[in-house]
Amino acid sequence: MISFENLILITLLSPLLVCLLTPLLSSKPILRDILGPFGGIISSWGSIQLMASILNGEQPRLELLQIAEGISISFVVTPLGAIFGLVASVLWIFAAIYSVGYMRGNKEKNQTRFYIFYAMAVHAALCIAYAGDLLTLFIFYEVLTFSTYPLVTHKQNEMAQKAGRLYMSILVGTSVILLLPAIIWVWVVTGSLEMSQNGVLDGKMNPKYAPYLLAMFVFGIGKAALMPIHKWLPAAMVAPTPVSALLHAVAVVKAGVFTMLLILTNVFGIDFLSKTGASNWLVWLASFTLLTTSIIAIYKDDIKARLAYSTISQLSYITLGGALASSMATQGATLHIITHAAGKITLFFVAGAIYVGAKMSKISELNGHGKSMPLIFLAFFVGSLSIIGVPPMGGSWSKFFLMLGAAESGYITVIAVFCISTILNAYYLMEIPARAFFFKKEREVKIKIPILITIPTLITCFLTILLFFFIEPFENLTSIMVSKL
Amino acid sequence: MTDILIKNLPILVVLCPLMMSLIVVLIPNIFFSWLLTFASTFVAFIFSILLYQEVQIHSTISYALGNWAPPLGIEYVIDKVSIFPIIIITLIGFLTTIFSSKMMPDEINETSISKVYSLWLLAIAGLIGLVTTGDAFNLFVFLEISSLASVALVAMGAQKDKQALVAAYNYLIIGAVGATLYVIGVGLLYGITGTLNMADLSERVVDLKNNKALIAGFGFMIVGIMVKAAVFPMHIWLPRAYAYAPSAVSVLLAATATKASLYILARILFSVFDIADNLIINTLSYIILPLSIIAMFAGTIMAVYEKDIKRLLAHSSVAQIGYITLAFAIGTKASVAAGFIHMFNHALIKGALFMAITSISFYIQKRVTLSNLSGLGRAMPITFFCFVICSLSLAGLPLTAGFISKLYLIKASIGADGLWIAILILFSSALSVIYLWKMIEALWLQQPRKEIIIKENPTIYISLLIITFLNIYFGLDASFVVDSSIEAAEKLVGVSK
Repeated sequence: MISFENLILITLLSPLLVCLLTPLLSSKPILRDILGPFGGIISSWGSIQLMASILNGEQPRLELLQIAEGISISFVVTPLGAIFGLVASVLWIFAAIYSVGYMRGNKEKNQTRFYIFYAMAVHAALCIAYAGDLLTLFIFYEVLTFSTYPLVTHKQNEMAQKAGRLYMSILVGTSVILLLPAIIWVWVVTGSLEMSQNGVLDGKMNPKYAPYLLAMFVFGIGKAALMPIHKWLPAAMVAPTPVSALLHAVAVVKAGVFTMLLILTNVFGIDFLSKTGASNWLVWLASFTLLTTSIIAIYKDDIKARLAYSTISQLSYITLGGALASSMATQGATLHIITHAAGKITLFFVAGAIYVGAKMSKISELNGHGKSMPLIFLAFFVGSLSIIGVPPMGGSWSKFFLMLGAAESGYITVIAVFCISTILNAYYLMEIPARAFFFKKEREVKIKIPILITIPTLITCFLTILLFFFIEPFENLTSIMVSKL
Repeated sequence: MTDILIKNLPILVVLCPLMMSLIVVLIPNIFFSWLLTFASTFVAFIFSILLYQEVQIHSTISYALGNWAPPLGIEYVIDKVSIFPIIIITLIGFLTTIFSSKMMPDEINETSISKVYSLWLLAIAGLIGLVTTGDAFNLFVFLEISSLASVALVAMGAQKDKQALVAAYNYLIIGAVGATLYVIGVGLLYGITGTLNMADLSERVVDLKNNKALIAGFGFMIVGIMVKAAVFPMHIWLPRAYAYAPSAVSVLLAATATKASLYILARILFSVFDIADNLIINTLSYIILPLSIIAMFAGTIMAVYEKDIKRLLAHSSVAQIGYITLAFAIGTKASVAAGFIHMFNHALIKGALFMAITSISFYIQKRVTLSNLSGLGRAMPITFFCFVICSLSLAGLPLTAGFISKLYLIKASIGADGLWIAILILFSSALSVIYLWKMIEALWLQQPRKEIIIKENPTIYISLLIITFLNIYFGLDASFVVDSSIEAAEKLVGVSK
């Protein structure tokens, strides 16, 4: 039996090892490319073990380094963190396989550098998932931003550099100017950087200031992409598709909403929020973002841009779930991290497959190509259904819980927001398979999709269906998360 | 024997470089004059470590110079506050001396080198004396020793660039004005209290509340020291002096000179006078606080628009001094501790950045400007690596020393109900990323205009590596800096707050 400390270390260090070993193997592309999926498998194994230990009612923790009194780098596995860690590490396996197919199929330059920072970003995301205190969280939040910068600017042209500058200035700027002082504010008020299941602010902070502190957190966590700080996400779409798929649909943005949920539940505490109403304004901001970005998505012709706006909208579901400050909504928000991740990564995989296979990136070009790429478009169809929330796809569970949560906390309007958004989702996502299968083909295109792209796409597509039937362990985790409240 | 050594440490740490400077000037050989300088700075560093251990045991060491008991005689005081700048000065002095071994012969005539080293030791001795002395007038003496030696050192830059003469002249005149103001202040205080001993002064000024002469004397002293510490807007001597001084001198001055004066500022504000006094509270919140905030932004913005890298770093120093004085101005125990933490870390950061830039200028044999830098990163990987690490440290990236400073500074300002101050600090440090990024971008991303092959020299990069390592080390294990700063702050303001 491996001790929990070692288990956490194994889970966190395997992506870091991949990152360090990759440059040594740059002359042996085959070995180098196997490293990623291999690291993913080890890391996933670790995160599954950690999740199981949480289900057994234990709490693994690891104190890594004491910087000064009261400041340390420490890791604790919480139910929420276990879920995010699992999502990031499992999807990394498939994304790593997919990126080999994509990078080779697309004959991209600087592949070694790409894999180094790809693994580095996964490492940072896992460290965020298991962060034991607010400072550790902040540190790896920054590491994640910095490690994705070389990925966003991978193409090294004028456009990529411009997008990279926007990406960095929004993410680093908001986190340094707002998130850091917010964290230190909590430190000053509570006297420690620790978090706890019930929140740490109750009784220590004057409720009058709570909405302001919350605002600093909400706008400081730029990765959660709430309006008006969402612009970095569409800009980041200049990156190669595997980056958009794993990082800008899963690791980075989920790190944002994960941090948001963690702050709402483990720093403020759901009770404190519902008692003081500090998060009421956030409900409306998230609802606004949710609807507005859905509408913007309709007008985007570029597949990845449309998916990016769809992601922003779906992230707002999660923030909204946290802001509703009821246990049901929190459960729904947490489940949405998993179901949306599986669904959205599939959609991005498809977008990349179409780009590599047929060199198409516009929706209007897709007319009638469904028959030549049936599996790919089928995967897109299934993934879309999950995002829309149709059973028997995983996405239906999280939406169900979110709506129940809205009812529980008495926000009837929010239920209407969810319904309208579902219709909008269906409208902008279904257009793609509809064009592919039912429209008339305008021109012939030679299609060649590498097998290493097709397989991961189908697997993640299959995962979205699987999640519908096997949601129970995750649901148990979320109920552990809220039961201690 | 060891007993006598330990007992006389407070004076030995000053005498060691001071006496050696008199010997070095007589030695014509470049290598031997360097070796003696190196030896004496190293010994001074060892002495300061010994003193640190002594202070841990006895907490305050008082040394009566020539056995004339204070308050009549001159007293040297080493306590948990003053040991801190002593360690900074001796450590940086020692590292820059190693660094100077290749840089000096490159920039200075062979015949003047031993004189330069003599001045070099004199400047270091002056700085150490400045922080050890407990006598207000003796402090003036050391202030002048170190300033005049620094002025002469800056002027030596004229062998490469005639601008150095203007810089040295500016430094001399403005520095002299500062020193004069200070000594007028000391005179006024002496007139009404009849003592020059700082500990004695602090007891006697208590009874003199609202005495006009006391307020005037205080004002003169503070302004005089602020000139020396380059507190905005009295900083105008600094950018030129740092920019045109010989390479090693820039490093030494940037890392230590203003730190000693900042320490004196803290000592006068909190130790000679009482922080609970209205005079101090008003000075802090209506004069030093606004000036510090302006300095933070003015220095940073000047740096953003500057093309010459040494000047750019000097402007950034003005902003960083703003952070330190801001911390003092908030005036709580936590914030004064934060000021001391940043004093230490900034010495490491700025010392390292100046080392990196001056070694680049040594390699390319040109003044370093933004356009000169393009593509050099690949040609000198070690220097570039150190430069990047220390830039990140300056920007306050986690796991570097700079982050610890920012963390405590912000914690202190939020703790004192100054959330807006915290936001301003972070905003200005976000602005500082702009100029740092410009340099890194030029070094790394731009293509060199022609192929450059540079062989990095170990004697130059060894001290750069050490100081860069310290930047990371004190980011990972900050307990030494944090604990001793908190102790220092407790000693300074702990009684009243």
